[in-house]
Amino acid sequence: MKFQNWIQTHNNQITLLTAILIVLGYAGKFAGSLLTYNIVLALASIIAAIPIMLHAFQALRVKVISIELLVSIAVIGAFIIGEYNESAIVTFLFLFGSYLEERTLSKTRQSIKSLTEMAPTTATLVHDDDTTEEVDVDDVEEDDIVLVKTGAAIPVDGVIVDGHGYTDESAVTGESREITKQVDDDVFSGTMLSDGYLKVRATKVGDDTTFAKIIELVEDAQDTKSHAEKFIDRFAQYYTPAVLIIALLVFIFSRDFKLAITVLVLGCPGALVIGAPVSNVAGIGNGAKRGILIKGGDAMDTFAKVDTFVFDKTGTLTKGNTSVAKVNSYELPLEQAFALTAKIESLSDHPLGRAVVNYAEQKDYSYQALNITANQTIKGQGLSATIDGHAVLAGNHKLLATNGVHLSASQQEDLANLKTTGSSIVLVAVDSKLVLMLGIADIIRPEVAAELQQLREKGAKHLVMLTGDNQATADYVAKEVGIDEVHAELMPEQKVEFVKQFQQDGRIVAFVGDGINDSPSLATADIGIAMGSGTDVAIETSDVVLMQSSFHALVHAYGLAKKTVLNTKENIAIAIGVVAFLLIGLVAGFIYMASGMFVHEASILVVIFNAMRLINYGHEKAEPAAELRTAK
Amino acid sequence: MTKKAVLQLGALTCPSCMQKIENAVKNHNGVENVKVLFNAAKVKADFNDEETSAEDLADVVTKLGYTVEKIKVKA
Repeated sequence: MKFQNWIQTHNNQITLLTAILIVLGYAGKFAGSLLTYNIVLALASIIAAIPIMLHAFQALRVKVISIELLVSIAVIGAFIIGEYNESAIVTFLFLFGSYLEERTLSKTRQSIKSLTEMAPTTATLVHDDDTTEEVDVDDVEEDDIVLVKTGAAIPVDGVIVDGHGYTDESAVTGESREITKQVDDDVFSGTMLSDGYLKVRATKVGDDTTFAKIIELVEDAQDTKSHAEKFIDRFAQYYTPAVLIIALLVFIFSRDFKLAITVLVLGCPGALVIGAPVSNVAGIGNGAKRGILIKGGDAMDTFAKVDTFVFDKTGTLTKGNTSVAKVNSYELPLEQAFALTAKIESLSDHPLGRAVVNYAEQKDYSYQALNITANQTIKGQGLSATIDGHAVLAGNHKLLATNGVHLSASQQEDLANLKTTGSSIVLVAVDSKLVLMLGIADIIRPEVAAELQQLREKGAKHLVMLTGDNQATADYVAKEVGIDEVHAELMPEQKVEFVKQFQQDGRIVAFVGDGINDSPSLATADIGIAMGSGTDVAIETSDVVLMQSSFHALVHAYGLAKKTVLNTKENIAIAIGVVAFLLIGLVAGFIYMASGMFVHEASILVVIFNAMRLINYGHEKAEPAAELRTAK
Repeated sequence: MTKKAVLQLGALTCPSCMQKIENAVKNHNGVENVKVLFNAAKVKADFNDEETSAEDLADVVTKLGYTVEKIKVKA
């Protein structure tokens, strides 16, 4: 047992020793001492074969015929017929190959590893008597209070009860920017407190935190196999024993011992087994780093095939909250007119009123100091008030008409134009003259039109919008961003029906929603994409989760899926090509054990390097621009 | 009672290791469900705590020649 452990922890030293011995052996041969050559290489074979045989034996004990077993038999065979150089080089290449694979594989896994390393391990617990104690993060319970200082990771999901500061939530959302946090704000495990001091009451701890769920999801995703991978796995399971039998048959029929053991070495199913998974790992890692969670190889495959994107309007194409989208002002200076409007709307709890007040606050229009002397709410029409001696009316067209305010021809035209956008309209009159015409709507994300175009360039053929909103708004948004097909005034069940209809028409459908009330559609679509939401339901029902509410992430994810699937195909082609090359080489007689092992190990490294290109997908765009600048 | 053990192993490099670990843990008494995550190097197993323990499972994996870095048990 001890010996076994020692061998397994000193693999690198054994590999190095073997390499040195092989060099010494060949030096001996050139010096003319064939005896030294044979003895040293035999010694190298024995040393390098020990760890391989140990693995072969352990696998055999649990009834698995492993690659190590094939190599072990081949090495023993070579040893018996006195081909010490072959056995030494084959074992060395096998060990050295494993070493290089470990190093390069860890690169493809780095993105996810760095994510898990951000997970906090300890927490500072605050007791009732205000003393603090450093504890393991697993020992924190719900409702415990923890202290977080500048530079530390927040250990739990919770609510701030004391203090304030800035957090960097890039681990959770992939979006690196500082967010101000104060009492009553939510904070998330895994985010860094870049500045400040917080006391947090834990609401979710350990494996229940959003961050822990993300990590678990990504870890599972890396190992959730695509159909192709499952096939290769099953194939490999029977392939290895089959190689053993084939080698035996070759020996029986050809009586060529050397040929038989060469078959054993060439039969190792290396690149084929590692090629497909390694592409997916690199691709999923690339996404995870950017707050894009793709749930495994299957999701990756299907996503790459998507030709129809169905968007739920609110929260995806639009920002998801109503605000002032259009301002037309007449007669009075804009700031004065808006201040009066904000003052009168501050009396109201109506969503339109709140949008107006928010807008005034954003623009820093000072309205608080104004003085209201009388006010009245007219049901179904709006508000009237006397502010600093002015008679102010804010409401719909009817309110103005009944109070004798008339619109000029050009104002009528503005009103008609605004109506086509589907916005809600607020008219404001001061002293019987129209001063403001406000369009209030759920604002379209500014980047959407350009990003949708990108989506088309990457292969999306049909873009559809489904919404519960009214037809006018839907038509307007669709026209602005460039959507092909619109269906408005829908209930959630009706959205599902549309998704099913598209699928029956033979389309591969991705449904993009904000993950709040569209779970049925997310689940029905071939690929459900939840945007800008780390809610449990969204994480569970969708196939792709975009942690940040950004369209660019959607385009990146789609491109990434296509690139990853292409990369997988390249790797499978490389692997099959190598097998074919080896077989031809064997028949033609230019491939033997050592050279076969070399090609085999090299092909594994080639597929890993090929997959590593995916790690930087999406980075290269910035570079040509930089080059252009320096060229000038 | 059925509990869930999560073993964090040192990095796994050959997909055939997975099969080895999976078979060995699956054949251990009291183990119901085993999943080996190749890339995350984790073994997730449901086991009956009257028949075996997470430490026993870690022992099985260690005997196969893999290092167990962390053991977690969930009820």
